[in-house]
Amino acid sequence: MARSVSNRRKTINTALAWAVGLIIFFPILWTILTSFKTEGDAIAYPPKFLFFDWTLENYSIVQERSNYMRYLWNSIIIAGGSTILGVLIAVPAAWSMAFVPSKRTKDILMWMLSTKMLPAVGVLYPIYLVFIKLGLLDTRIGLVIVLMLINLPIIVWMLYTYFKEIPSEILEAARMDGATLKSEILYVLTPMAVPGIASTILLNVILAWNEAFWTLNLTAAKAGTLTAFIASYSSPEGLFYAKLSAASTMAIAPILIMGWFSQKQLVRGLTFGAVK
Amino acid sequence: MSKKRTLLNTVVFAGFAVSSAFAASAEEITIATVNNGDMIRMQGYSSEFTAATGIDVNWVTLEENVLRERVTTDITTKGGQFDIMTIGMYETPIWGKSGWLVPLNDLSADYDAADILPAMSGGLSYDGTLYAAPFYGESSMVMYRSDLMEKAGLTMPEAPTWDFIREAAAKMTDRANDINGICLRGKAGWGEGGAFITAMSNSFGARWFDENWKPTFDSEAWHNTLSFFKGMMDESGPAGYATNGFNENLSLFQQGKCGMWIDATVAASFVTNPKDSTVADKVGFALAPDNGLGKRSNWLWAWALAIPAGTQHEADAKKFIEWATSKSYIEMVAAKEGWANVPPGARTSLYENPEYQKVPFAKMTLDSILSADPLHPTVDPVPYVGVQFAAIPEFAGIATDVSQEFSNAYAGQQSVEDALAKAQAIATEAMEAAGY
Amino acid sequence: MATKSSRAAARLMIAPAVIVLLGWMLVPLIMTLWFSFRNYLPLRGGDLGFAGFDNFVRFVTSSSFWPAIGATLLIVVGALAITVILGVLLAILLDQPMWGQGIVRILVIAPFFVMPTVSSLVWKNMFLDSVNGLFAQVFKMFGATPVEWIIDKPFVSLILIVSWQWLPFATLILLTAIQSLDSEQLEAAEMDGAPAIKRFMYITIPHLSRAITVVILIETIFMLSVFAEIKMTTAGAFGTKTLTYLIYQRVLESQNVGLGSAGGVYAIILANIVAIFLMRIVGKNLDS
Repeated sequence: MARSVSNRRKTINTALAWAVGLIIFFPILWTILTSFKTEGDAIAYPPKFLFFDWTLENYSIVQERSNYMRYLWNSIIIAGGSTILGVLIAVPAAWSMAFVPSKRTKDILMWMLSTKMLPAVGVLYPIYLVFIKLGLLDTRIGLVIVLMLINLPIIVWMLYTYFKEIPSEILEAARMDGATLKSEILYVLTPMAVPGIASTILLNVILAWNEAFWTLNLTAAKAGTLTAFIASYSSPEGLFYAKLSAASTMAIAPILIMGWFSQKQLVRGLTFGAVK
Repeated sequence: MSKKRTLLNTVVFAGFAVSSAFAASAEEITIATVNNGDMIRMQGYSSEFTAATGIDVNWVTLEENVLRERVTTDITTKGGQFDIMTIGMYETPIWGKSGWLVPLNDLSADYDAADILPAMSGGLSYDGTLYAAPFYGESSMVMYRSDLMEKAGLTMPEAPTWDFIREAAAKMTDRANDINGICLRGKAGWGEGGAFITAMSNSFGARWFDENWKPTFDSEAWHNTLSFFKGMMDESGPAGYATNGFNENLSLFQQGKCGMWIDATVAASFVTNPKDSTVADKVGFALAPDNGLGKRSNWLWAWALAIPAGTQHEADAKKFIEWATSKSYIEMVAAKEGWANVPPGARTSLYENPEYQKVPFAKMTLDSILSADPLHPTVDPVPYVGVQFAAIPEFAGIATDVSQEFSNAYAGQQSVEDALAKAQAIATEAMEAAGY
Repeated sequence: MATKSSRAAARLMIAPAVIVLLGWMLVPLIMTLWFSFRNYLPLRGGDLGFAGFDNFVRFVTSSSFWPAIGATLLIVVGALAITVILGVLLAILLDQPMWGQGIVRILVIAPFFVMPTVSSLVWKNMFLDSVNGLFAQVFKMFGATPVEWIIDKPFVSLILIVSWQWLPFATLILLTAIQSLDSEQLEAAEMDGAPAIKRFMYITIPHLSRAITVVILIETIFMLSVFAEIKMTTAGAFGTKTLTYLIYQRVLESQNVGLGSAGGVYAIILANIVAIFLMRIVGKNLDS
């Protein structure tokens, strides 16, 4: 008999889950609501939840002030580019770690992760000087490379754990049939790893999208991303909650929508080898 | 195969980078600026500059702290990312001394550099050479609620003392109705609470360093400053004032929760703007308070435009600076948005203009600016220049550390004595390390 | 199973990743090490010569050093505890049948999509502010004195913000793990009359141990470098200066790259201690 659940229990679950979900989501909801308020309403007491003069003024101010599309485009290119580049480098590495493990495999993995622990600000000057030498300042390719490097350990690790779950009998069977290394990867492994690769890509796009240190410090006018766009709205002059909320909503909306459509994928694929 | 593809991809991406790096046209300048209202307005009008000169302008608009870090990294490493940087009175003399900025001593006769307020050009020069042209300037002053002052049975003098302010604050405080007598900056950071307490300490006879660059936080004057501040704020200040900076206080004042607020003169146009402020028609202005020692507690600051040495577009950048900080720019903004919205505090001629004199806070702003003297900021002599800062490279770091200790004291997490002792240790250590 | 040629191929395939990461690690690391022995003061003209171990000594003897280590650990451990505990409970809840599961899931994971700068500003101004914040307003409605969160409970505030951002991540991973839990085993236990608590303790938790380890490992890496949250809320006051924040102050605010670099070297050492520590636990857990 499958788990049968009484309607009553399902109702309780639903109510509880929705309550928790709404509490967790509330700060975002509040930001979105605030983006439609005037600056005065944004700080009013008692707080105004829905009954205020809805206005699109903040969005038009933000649009007038900064070229949102350019920042958005840079964010897409940089988050997407660094993820694609990272996956291309990580797939072969993860493959070889998973299927041809050596004694050092685990050490290499851990070492890769430990490169993520160096505080970014500690190496700002060195990296800045290197970027000047290479002419990479304020270029998208520079950021693509840096963000790829930052996230590469995570990508390698995620992929490694997926590949490890693929039963090696299948590979052996493929080899018996005379499959070459190339076809083994292309036709046997990749299809099986698609959910894993997809959620790896999703996670990395999110991480790259939200990265705010390098994207701010290595760019100027040309390669600035949405994090730079946001940095011009936490204004120290005058009331700014509503404008900030509008800018924030614009900055997180694309990724939120992407997350919305891909949440099943994320839930299915984000295992990090945590599932046996 | 997969490796080949990786390689291919890298090549493709690299080619993409090169093409985007060389895509810039010659007639193009990049300007880093702070996201204050006046600069955002300038950004909006820059299309007129482009129309007149054919020079395209790229803007990098950032929040103050981010901007400061960004341009400092770029100028010290000669990154060359910007053709114009928006900097303040703290950076200009230091950078000018290091030869990182293009001198602005050859601006056109039309521009009339002599019209710049002497207090401003003085603070933006090194060794008599102007290195940055002021876009707007500010001091600090008392903004108060005239209705609450009347209700408390008091009259604000034009030049109040600290004792009067404290007494008035206590009388105006009405906790039941959520009215705090006084709102001041307590937030950590040298440009936030650090700036306020430093300017305030000048009127108490304190100073950061003595003539031999020894920190003086062990002095009686500093103890008086800090205890007075904490005492007054605990009596009459808002809850959580130890995290309040300019912005937090502005929204409190606009909501009618402050009797008095001592802060930047530019705030006057925000608190009197009926669109955002609930108390727009009930605000009065007075000079920042003193203690009868000859120095008032107002600061002096300018946001100014400077050209980093080594830029490829020096001539174009100069054209832009002459346009943005000119008299005609002020007139253009006045014609389009009214006199209350022009960038204040930079030019003498603005304050001689009868139209501008009608703006309610114009006179008090000018008086405040004129009463600040960055060359002689304190009662006792000091070796540094600057009212609410000391224009040496080490100051920002030391003052941020020190202001964190002060904020801890405001929050009641340590005593005033402990905070000052720690401040003295921090400053002494840092100054010794820097070789003073 | 692995042949000689496949071993060679494996090396070739791992090479790009190792080489680029080695470059990414070594170039800044060597430069950081170099700078940490130099008197490098950008605002005083740059590199002013050899400094010996001065920077290292000055960085640790600063009165901020040990409190910074403590603050770092407190934030990481606090946020880890909260995200793991709430993550497990939330994962179990979300695994139950319900109406609108997809929507609830997106609500729960949404904070993960928000940039740290934005979430810190929103939390500080709209929720934790002791005058205008929503928490203070709710307190007032019940006639209580609002708590000055950021001043009186700075670590609670920071841990709250950080946990809010990372709870979705923990929940997602734990949820995936829970979905793979053999429900027949649970049902059998239920039939045998094992109470819910026991089922949870002896079946669910052991099943989740790997996932929990993974969450701890990844979150630790990210939380050690928490920065925007501190900058936007306490600005380093009230004892919340972490090691990362201290390095930031030295490098960008004091413009003392030599001193900051020495701090960076200490941070690397701390990170590696944590990494070795984690490796032992994770390694053990991942092998099984």
